[in-house]
Amino acid sequence: MAVSSRRLQKELAEIQKQGTPVGITLLSADDFQTWLFSVEVLGETVYAGEVFALMFRFDGQYPIQPPAVQFLVDEKYTSPVHPHVYSNGHICASILGNEWSPVLSVVAVCVTIQSMLASCKKKERPPDNDRYVRHAPDNPKKTQFVYHDDTGIS
Amino acid sequence: MSSDYEFSDNDDFEYNDDEDMLDDDEGSASDMEMDNINDDFKIDKGPKIKVYEVEHDSLPQDAVVYLMRQDIEHISGIFGVDSEVASLLLRHMNWNKERLIEKYMDNVNAVSVAAGIAPPERSPEPSSSHGGPRRSSRLGFTKSSKSKSAEPSPPASEPFVCPICFDDTQQKTLSLTCGHLYCTACWSTYVSSKVRTEGESWITCMAENCTLVAPDSFVRTALADDTQTWARFQELLVRHFVSCMPSLKYCPYPSCTNTVSCPGAASKSALTSIVPTVHCGASDTHVFCFGCAIDTDHRPVICAVAKMWLQKCRDDSETANWIKSNTKECSKCQSTIEKNGGCNHMTCKKCKYEFCWVCMGPWSEHGTAWYSCNRYDEKASVDARDAQSRSRASLERYLQYYNRWANHEQSARLSAELYAKTEQKMEEMQLASALSWIEVQFMRKAVDESVRCRGTLKWTYSMAYYLEKGNEKELFEDNQRDLERAVEELSELIESPIDPEVIMSLRQKVTDKTVYVQKRNEIMLEDTARGFLDGRWKWNVDVEGFEKD
Ligand SMILES: [Zn+2]
Ligand SMILES: [Zn+2]
Ligand SMILES: [Zn+2]
Ligand SMILES: [Zn+2]
Repeated sequence: MAVSSRRLQKELAEIQKQGTPVGITLLSADDFQTWLFSVEVLGETVYAGEVFALMFRFDGQYPIQPPAVQFLVDEKYTSPVHPHVYSNGHICASILGNEWSPVLSVVAVCVTIQSMLASCKKKERPPDNDRYVRHAPDNPKKTQFVYHDDTGIS
Repeated sequence: MSSDYEFSDNDDFEYNDDEDMLDDDEGSASDMEMDNINDDFKIDKGPKIKVYEVEHDSLPQDAVVYLMRQDIEHISGIFGVDSEVASLLLRHMNWNKERLIEKYMDNVNAVSVAAGIAPPERSPEPSSSHGGPRRSSRLGFTKSSKSKSAEPSPPASEPFVCPICFDDTQQKTLSLTCGHLYCTACWSTYVSSKVRTEGESWITCMAENCTLVAPDSFVRTALADDTQTWARFQELLVRHFVSCMPSLKYCPYPSCTNTVSCPGAASKSALTSIVPTVHCGASDTHVFCFGCAIDTDHRPVICAVAKMWLQKCRDDSETANWIKSNTKECSKCQSTIEKNGGCNHMTCKKCKYEFCWVCMGPWSEHGTAWYSCNRYDEKASVDARDAQSRSRASLERYLQYYNRWANHEQSARLSAELYAKTEQKMEEMQLASALSWIEVQFMRKAVDESVRCRGTLKWTYSMAYYLEKGNEKELFEDNQRDLERAVEELSELIESPIDPEVIMSLRQKVTDKTVYVQKRNEIMLEDTARGFLDGRWKWNVDVEGFEKD
């Protein structure tokens, strides 16, 4: 069995056994290619009452290379308005790029993104949103983000 | 069981003096062959290095590895650390020895942490079993066939389960000195992915937030017998070293691993007086500019001016033709106005100035005389026409240089076609005359020369555009005109039809003209290069590195 599948199977078993952290729910994990989670920010937050969907896409390089992670934007879900999240759902977070570690897991990524939202005080898009969205590749992993490590994610 | 593991000085780094012999001897076999073939073309070659050439050496990868090794030994000796530590320190400081020594003397721990040699004071869990921050003087790493003390040891009966792949059949493990233990297979995939996918030679531990960096020997062990990736890793180290050295440049041609050393072009200020066109030594076609990436050979014009010109072409040329016929300048605010309808009553979008398209005079003076303009004599429109003609003149001036530049550029791009045609002609000639294959090579030589000279000419137009009016510019343009004329005449001869009756006289004409063109090109290149050295050239714009008048 490929390393990525074995690893995802193990992560899935763990989720099914131990559940997910508060505010995070597994929506679907039908294969080892695409998983979907819902993410809510609890407590005092600018996102009160909003539910977002986080989509993970894996290739054979997982977990050595990070998964492709973005917010789902469709009839049901929108992209959270956040200085590190583009309106097409792409996320600029170093943990999904140069600070990825193969020991991080899908749940760990969910938690990091959730806390990134929780620490947001003011809802606004990245300053280059329009330009980025116009030219963005379908897969956010193809984007070379310049990480703004001053806020949120660490 | 584990032992600090280290490699003795790697044999791979052993520098082989024999391999480094730079090909200095002149008149190599191929040169001599050409000389025999082209006895007709003997011209005085003068001293070995011409005024428009720059002294440079070509270094194969081994020679660069040797230079790196020397720096590593030096630092290793001064600091009393092993060579792998010295290597990481140098890589971290971009091979700046002076700054490294200064920083290291100032704060050993801080530098060691930043260089990925020692974990930070509060090391992230799992904490290392060796305890506390270390000042490492030698790097080791742990290699074991059973799980080892770094993480809370599972009972001896339980097999090691790698926290990355969860494959409990993988019992071979590795860790850096931080003790973060993973199976060898995962390390191998990780290192290989960093090197191959990301082109990264700075390979940190796989643990989250762990900043320790894999030394060479660890990389080698992790890659085991993947010699291809190991070779790529070493190439990345060499490339990084070369990119840190102002006097070195990696050959930009795909899959070439040679480096050029050109101390004479290492400073920005040097680039105001020389055009450092260099050869990497691996192949005759590996020619590039040491100072910029604009063109492989933009002699005689210096990098800064060539760059300025290309930028202007990018900005202007697309719209230039269109502008010429469809737009005018508002005589009040000078912004460009386009005419997209038939009405001559124009309003400038920017300043709202209303005027007549035909005479450029204010519309208010036109009264109700729509569509008919009879105000050419008005002072306002005369002034306006002057502004207009000034802008026209500047555009036309640019286009004049641009068209010539583009013409030579296009000819150079079509050179492959010209070579093919000439090849065919040379065969026809052999059939139509008693000339041998060697005797018809004069045609090929003529094409070589015309292509070379068109390259020179092309860039002379960018230079002339920015040269300040005056005697020097006139002399420059005289040389340019002579070269241009000679090249056009040669091209005409090359393309003239083959008439068996006159092949011998054509051969003489082409040969003579080739020699002449070669001479004109030498004069153009030499005089321009000398002008840069003498500071003779003055510009009509600000050029980086030149004093403003
Ligand atoms: Zn593993
Ligand atoms: Zn580590
Ligand atoms: Zn080369
Ligand atoms: Zn250049």
